[in-house]
Amino acid sequence: MELHLILIFMICASIVAVRTKDLISSVIALSAAGLGLCLAFLILKAPNLAMTQLVVEILCVIVLIRGTINKDLPLVKDGRWLFNTVSTLVFIALFLTLIFLVLKELPRFGEPLMRVSGEYIANGFKKTGSANLVSAITLRFRGYDALGEVAILFAAAIGVLAITRRKGRLHDSNDKK
Amino acid sequence: MTQMIKNKTKEQGMTLIVKTVTRLVINVVFLYGIYIVLQSHTSPGGGFAGGVIIALSFILLMLAFGKDAVLKKLNRSKAIFIMSLAAVIFLFISIMGFITDQHRIETIPFSDIAGAFMVGMGLFVIFWALIRSTEGKE
Amino acid sequence: MSLYFLCFILFCVGLYCLLRKRNIIKIIIGLGIIEYSVNMFLILIGYRTNGRAPIFARNQEISNMVDPLPQALCLTTIVIGLSITLLVVGLAVRIYEKYGTFDITKIRRLKG
Repeated sequence: MELHLILIFMICASIVAVRTKDLISSVIALSAAGLGLCLAFLILKAPNLAMTQLVVEILCVIVLIRGTINKDLPLVKDGRWLFNTVSTLVFIALFLTLIFLVLKELPRFGEPLMRVSGEYIANGFKKTGSANLVSAITLRFRGYDALGEVAILFAAAIGVLAITRRKGRLHDSNDKK
Repeated sequence: MTQMIKNKTKEQGMTLIVKTVTRLVINVVFLYGIYIVLQSHTSPGGGFAGGVIIALSFILLMLAFGKDAVLKKLNRSKAIFIMSLAAVIFLFISIMGFITDQHRIETIPFSDIAGAFMVGMGLFVIFWALIRSTEGKE
Repeated sequence: MSLYFLCFILFCVGLYCLLRKRNIIKIIIGLGIIEYSVNMFLILIGYRTNGRAPIFARNQEISNMVDPLPQALCLTTIVIGLSITLLVVGLAVRIYEKYGTFDITKIRRLKG
């Protein structure tokens, strides 16, 4: 029951984040949805993810506010209102019909398929010596997932450094002349 | 409100209250990040969450005292060097699974520490780049 | 089942924001909402009723754990979402510097 309440709260916060005109209040509404997700992780017995989500949420809010705070808000007037709305609604209807077809095949809530992770639970502690199973799976059994994660973060750091560079090298040498 | 914040960022750091509280809190935040990294194989936590907390302590310093106070202690090339070194160490630990019998060696704490260094320094560099890009124009 | 359906409604809100809005910051917010709903769905699939968190204790009798594999995958998803958000914020700041607007329909001309 409390999961329903948290999900409805998240949906309301997302609608507020979509509909408000002010960018800063929109970012703060997004962070409220993220904190709801953190609570839901705690109820669903995933403390690792709750901690990570909380920390990541704070960093996202700081970066988004830092990115939007100095900017004036351009008043966007929508042209071609009818076409845009109809195409968006068509996409959403397509998504919902596909979901309705798939929804019968999913495992029911509360009874997961434990085909792979039964083996992890049975002798995870013996093989890795780590009491935290999630950490054991990410770093040991599926270690290349963690390697790809680090590679993606490294690529993002290099990408941000390259994107926000002030001037190219060619410009610098031209200015000196 | 935006006018107020703009004035504050121009005069290199925030007010006296923020600076005093930051001075009191910053060591505890950094220590908590290290604690989460080191105990991650017995209780919730992990290299990534701890690394983000370490990066957040640097970001708090940078927001409270201005950009130059942090860059004096940890300049950009040093941060990029630590990030790249940690990424290479993580790659080496992952590749060791091919070469040796990995069940004999306890690798989870080492890869946690390497990942925490990588994440912390990487996020610090990203935030520094974003701040430089937004402030440089005025 | 109703939990799954609420999760998909959250996804639809994010999809609407992503397709309909023309401000870049709003598009980033839509991406964030979609990421939340996907994470939530992954964890909902792995939940077991009256389960316990996947951490071994000293003297435990019950071994009725929730599925730890979706949690490990979801950890990777959170990291990738953070990287994508940071990269797109960098792009948005750069675009604002170059064109002076966040509106994506006004970014048409090529400026050298």
